[in-house]
Amino acid sequence: MQWQIIIDSLPLYVGGLRTTLLLLAISLATSFTLAVPLAIARVSARPWLARPVWFFTYVLRGTPLLVQLYIVYHGLAQFEAVRESVAWVLLKNAWFCAWLAFALNSTAYTTEIFAGALKATAVGEIEAARSFGLSGFTLYRRILLPSALRRALPQYSNEVVGLMHATAIASTVTLVDITRVARDVNSTFLLVGESFGVAATIYFFLTFALVGVFKLLERRYLRHLLPQQVTPATVHA
Amino acid sequence: MLYGYLPAILDGLVLTLQVSASSLAVACLFGIAGATAKLSRSPALRGLATVYTTLIRGMPELVLMLLIFYGGQTAINRLADAQGWAYIDVPPFVAGVLTLGFIFGAYLTETFRGAILAVPRGQAEAAIAFAMPAHLVLWRIVLPQMVRHALPGFANNWLIMIKATALISIIGLDDMVYRAGLAAATTRAPFTFYVAVALIYLAITSVSIFVLSRLEARFSLGVKKVHF
Repeated sequence: MQWQIIIDSLPLYVGGLRTTLLLLAISLATSFTLAVPLAIARVSARPWLARPVWFFTYVLRGTPLLVQLYIVYHGLAQFEAVRESVAWVLLKNAWFCAWLAFALNSTAYTTEIFAGALKATAVGEIEAARSFGLSGFTLYRRILLPSALRRALPQYSNEVVGLMHATAIASTVTLVDITRVARDVNSTFLLVGESFGVAATIYFFLTFALVGVFKLLERRYLRHLLPQQVTPATVHA
Repeated sequence: MLYGYLPAILDGLVLTLQVSASSLAVACLFGIAGATAKLSRSPALRGLATVYTTLIRGMPELVLMLLIFYGGQTAINRLADAQGWAYIDVPPFVAGVLTLGFIFGAYLTETFRGAILAVPRGQAEAAIAFAMPAHLVLWRIVLPQMVRHALPGFANNWLIMIKATALISIIGLDDMVYRAGLAAATTRAPFTFYVAVALIYLAITSVSIFVLSRLEARFSLGVKKVHF
């Protein structure tokens, strides 16, 4: 182990970590915002609402994220109409393309997770809400979404960790994330174990941090599902 | 079609399928070994399996792939140097397959462990009572029955792994994605080629989903379903 080189390159890794976290944060914020309405459309009884969303998630979940990223970053430039449009300012930017590809990909998976949780709603909950006169938007805001999003937490945490790992792919389109830094350090010093070892360690701790955050969230929002603590029967005098 | 590059892309598809199938075989071996180690009585084996699954599942496939691909080559070169052997070149195919298999073996370990636990204990106990040796209990009694429980998780992992094979183009294996990149560079039509590759992947995943759902039905024959 060449510790000196590791220590010297640490500032680079910190920069990479910042890129990774920023990309993760903006992609997650976008995908969460889009996935909630899309999940509602996905479970809708109206086929013209449900079918297009099903198609969107099917295509995005059936193709590799790397290829999706390449289509956005390399592919769209093929068309002159795109290159001469206003959107080109954004589309020639690697950051924008990565954000677009990761956000859309994550939206597809998150939509399915939320839709699954919505479908698992107990019928009695909806019946009770309806009998109290709740319907439409209020029914979703007060009853369906709070309970479905809670139920979705464990699976959603998997998606968040998965997306964090997937951001490593952004290193292929010039973004200098943790993986890119590792590849650059490796090609400078030819120290495979050191360069990728540091990257792997950072990802490892990030994974644990995210899992920890979700454990806390689950403790708070899924408290009713915690194993009950057995308390000894007290004798009332 | 595709500016005459279709045959080249389809050649790449063959490689993609070869890598997927070989990686799946390797992953199953690692998965079964991991699951049996996790359920074994030896604390050393259990600890080793836990370190394996925790480490692998804690970092991105791409980083592991680069680490094993470059690192494996360096390690083998050092070994060859020390032993006075000739230079050994690790073919990217072998490196890619071993890496994918090693990574997804960790995910399959969890799938298989859960599936083995879902087989009623009495089944194995009965076999032991008949003095069946341990490896036969696993092979004849537990494994055939765990398939049904393992299939959904297995299907999921297979779909993720198929899509992860796209990453091997980054370590220089000339699979579909790699060839699409080459074709795109010469024809200046990247959209056409990457969309074509995406459609081929979509076809593979669609066929996989169909086949695996049929398998699930087959292995669940005779299992009573609850009707509400």
